[in-house]
This record gives sequence, C-alpha cells and structure tokens, in this order.
Amino acid sequence: MTVLLEAEHLTKSYGALKVVDDLSVSLDAGEALGVVGPNGAGKTTMLNLITGTVHPDAGRIVFAGSDISHAAPHERCHAGIGRTYQIPRPFEGMTVFENVLVGGTFGRRHNERESYDACALALHRTGLLPRSNTLAGNLTLLERKRLELARALATDPRVLLLDEIAGGLTEHEVHSLVATIKSLGAEGLSIIWIEHIVHALLAVVDRLLAIDFGRKVADGEPAVVINSPEVRDVYLGSEAE
Amino acid sequence: MAWVNDIIQGILLGGLYALFAAGLSLIFGVMRLVNLAHGDLSLLAAYAALVIVGPLDINPFLSILAVMLLLAVFGYVLQRGLLNHALDAGPLPPILATFGLSVVIQNLLLEGFSADSKGLDAGRIEHQAITLSDQLAIGWFPLITTLTAVVVLLGLSLFLGRTRMGRAFRATSDNQQAAQLMGIDNRYLYGLAMAISLATVAIAGVFIGIRTTFSPSVGPARLIFAYESVIMGGLGSLWGTLVGGMLLGVAQTLGSHLSPGWGVLAGNLLFLAVLAFRPQGLFAKQVHE
Ligand SMILES: Nc1ncnc2c1ncn2[C@@H]1O[C@H](COP(=O)(O)OP(=O)(O)OP(=O)(O)O)[C@@H](O)[C@H]1O
Ligand SMILES: [Mg+2]
Repeated sequence: MTVLLEAEHLTKSYGALKVVDDLSVSLDAGEALGVVGPNGAGKTTMLNLITGTVHPDAGRIVFAGSDISHAAPHERCHAGIGRTYQIPRPFEGMTVFENVLVGGTFGRRHNERESYDACALALHRTGLLPRSNTLAGNLTLLERKRLELARALATDPRVLLLDEIAGGLTEHEVHSLVATIKSLGAEGLSIIWIEHIVHALLAVVDRLLAIDFGRKVADGEPAVVINSPEVRDVYLGSEAE
Repeated sequence: MAWVNDIIQGILLGGLYALFAAGLSLIFGVMRLVNLAHGDLSLLAAYAALVIVGPLDINPFLSILAVMLLLAVFGYVLQRGLLNHALDAGPLPPILATFGLSVVIQNLLLEGFSADSKGLDAGRIEHQAITLSDQLAIGWFPLITTLTAVVVLLGLSLFLGRTRMGRAFRATSDNQQAAQLMGIDNRYLYGLAMAISLATVAIAGVFIGIRTTFSPSVGPARLIFAYESVIMGGLGSLWGTLVGGMLLGVAQTLGSHLSPGWGVLAGNLLFLAVLAFRPQGLFAKQVHE
C-alpha cells in the first residue's frame, strides 16, 4: 500500500488551549479511516489543518509525495483534497447545480462545458439531481449534507474528508448515506470520516482512529479500537449510540 | 408639472449615483471590504482624465477607456499589494488601510493639482436637452449617464450570473472558506474584483467630472451618497443599488425644490427613514422565504 496522506506531529493551540497536540495521522491510498472522539477533541481542527484553512503551530503534511504544509487551501483542493463541513456551508444564493459547478470548474480547472458531466454525475451519486435548480439556501438538512458531498466530489478529489456527515440525520437517512460513501470507497477513493454514529462508521471504515484532547488515544482495527479500554473510557456515556 | 420635472431629474441623478456606487457594492459583496477611499478614487479618475484630455485636446468621453484601464490596473495592484494583507489581519485593518489611502490620494491630488476647482468639458452635449414641454426637459448628458449606469449594471449582473468567474465571485461572497476549498484562489479573485470595481469608478469619476467641477477634497462627501444608495437598495443587490440611487436622487431634487439648501438634507432623511423601517434595505437578498 502506498501512503497518500501523511500528517506528522500536528500541533495547534487557541490561546492556552492545545486543541491538536502532536498528532500524527497517515492514510493509505484507497483506505477508509474513521475518526472518533468526544466533543471538542480537536477532530474538526485536524481537518482544518489538512485542508489548510487553519495553520498549524508545528508539524507538517505530505500529500501524494509532496509537502503541502505551506500550500494555500485552493492549491490543496487542486492536489486532490476534498472536504465536507460538519455544519453545511452551501453557497446559499446559488442553485444546487451552480454550487456543484463551482467545484467542477475551479476544482478541476475546467471550463463550464467540460465539467457539466462530472457535475451531473456528482449530483446523481448524491441523489440531488432532481433538486438541481433549487436554491441551495432552501434545502433540508439531509440535502445540505448531500450537497456538501456532491460539491466535494465535483472537485475530483483523491481523498475525501467527511466531518460528521451523518450527524443529525434520521436512521433511514444515515443508512442511505452510508451506502453512498461505501460505494465511493469501493471505487478507490480514500476517505477520512469523523463520526459520532459508531455503527455507521464501522460499516465503512478499514481502520479507526480515536482522539481525545487533540492526542491519539488508539489507532488500528475498528473492532479492537472501539472495544479498547481507552476508548471506552473516553466514550463513557455516549457509547449508546 | 414642476414636480414631475424634479422627479425625472432626480431619477437621472440617481443613475449617476448608481453608476458610482456599483463598484462599492461589488467590493463589499465579494470581500466585505468597506472602501473608504471610493470617493477619492473617483477623483483620481477625474484627474487622470484631465491629464489625458488636456494635451490631446480630446473630448473627455474619449478618455474613459484609458482611465478605466489605468484604474483597473491600479486596483489589482492595490488589492494584491496592500488590501489582501490587511484583510488577513482582521476586520479593522482593511478599514484603516482604505482610510489611509483616502488621505494619501487627497494629499497627492492637492500637491499635483492645487485646491482649485477643475472641470471636464464635454462640449455642447452638456447643455442640450430633449424638450417635452415648456416645463419638462430631459438633458442629453444626464440621460446618457443613466443609460451608461444601466449598461454597467447589466454587464455586472450578467458577469455574476452567467460566467464561470462570476459564479466564483458569488460563491466567495456567500462563503469565502468553502469557496477556497472548491479550488478558488481568493487572492486573485479579490484583485480582479477591485480591478472591476475601479474600472466602474473610472467611468463614474469621468461622468461626475463632466457634470460638476471638482477639487481634491470632495471625495468623502461623494462616498456618503454612494453608501446611501447601496444601503437603501440593500447590500448585495446591484439593481437595488440603482433603485437606491434613484430614490436618493429624487429626494435630493425634491428637497432642493422646497428650499435650495435642503437637497442633501432630504436625501439623508430618506436614508435614515429606510434604515429605521427597513434596515436590510429595500431589495436585500432573501433566501429563506
Ligand atoms: N477558531 C477557534 N478559536 C478558539 N477555539 C477554537 C476554535 N476552533 C475550535 N476551538 C476549540 O478547539 C476545541 C476543539 O474543537 P473542534 O471543533 O476541533 O472539536 P471536535 O472534535 O470537532 O468537536 P465536535 O465533536 O463537537 O465537532 C474546542 O474546545 C473548540 O472550542
Ligand atoms: Mg467537529
């Protein structure tokens, strides 16, 4: 297996609070990595560091063989990093299709005509094709989450960073989202998926990473990690999910 | 009938305000930058036209393309060299930077052109009018100004609505970070936005310079009219800016009709009334119905 993404010794503090603390994560090409950890553990911050919207105090990130530690977010997108937000951030004043078109044209560096097919495919995969002409600001939560995914897919990513994409959805909605993500993984897309809904995660991921206070608590075989005493400690109470 | 004439003149004056305010609206929409030097930049354009028109002895209308190009390049360099860095530093530095720019431009113009009033002479067209009745006449120049404003606004909205780069502008306006993750280089985009903004300011600056005389210190007063137009129309709505400008123009001409000194006051009162009863502006973008 070739390593696709290697984040080494990432550290980030907000004031006195160390949010990510000497965290190293590596992801193989084609691998699906799940990430668990309690609220405030630094999971979202870890993704922000990888996408480049937040700068680490220390550490470096190597993606597909090149050091991207100092690359701007749009350059990381061009390199193949796609991401969905925990709280969806659609371009509200634009239609669903236009939202995806932005990713298709700027993420792929194509003109509009060249990217139409890719955009239609991204919308089809996420079940949003019938909503193409809806204003994104008028979508339901599930549709907004799907739009996050469609937009990221339109940029033609090599790795997909999913931040609690199943959070807040009904059991049924989670089920169909899991199926979509699973099929993306089966096609060889590498995935890092942060999720509190453990059973959804376990249905998809090859490996599980648990973090707490910005540090790695456990990393390995999903069944082993989720049952390890360290993770049980951290998850005491929220384990019922 | 005099009232009807006032309203028509006000609407035409509003066209000029809208032409002037469009660039301000665009910049605020795309990067949330409050450009306090907007008025002074329009003066920079007027003086640039003066410099071009003088030795060549041409009509100022013919200088517009050159002035647009000049200000567009200046805008791009200004954005990439200064304002992008200021934007990175938080919400206050960009405001201070444009305020500083305003002061610098005023002083440079004062140094170069003295405090005397100057004007751009467009010849006979300035005084010709279409006479509709003995009390009703539409001047050719105000009419051309308003038509130009409509063309500029139409161009901008087609650009924003229909083109690849226009979509990037709207995406960045909606959510800058998410737009970056879609592969949009926001530093370049901001540079482009300032270039477009200043190109439209160039047109407005030359038109205002033809309409009235100007001196280096009148920029901030102009800025207020532009802001009133943008805010009354609703932030982020270009056509709202046109309507806002026209309302301001009508209020000012009607106010002047009552008493010569009341024009600006009437405009400001209308602006305050809109702020009080519809603070989001008349045509604010509404997504959730
Ligand atoms: N921009 C910021 N400024 C200050 N503190 C921040 C900032 N962003 C995050 N934090 C803090 O960093 C900590 C980690 O936040 P983060 O969003 O990474 O957690 P998380 O693991 O994603 O949590 P959740 O499961 O609730 O999404 C939290 O305590 C949060 O309050
Ligand atoms: Mg989070």
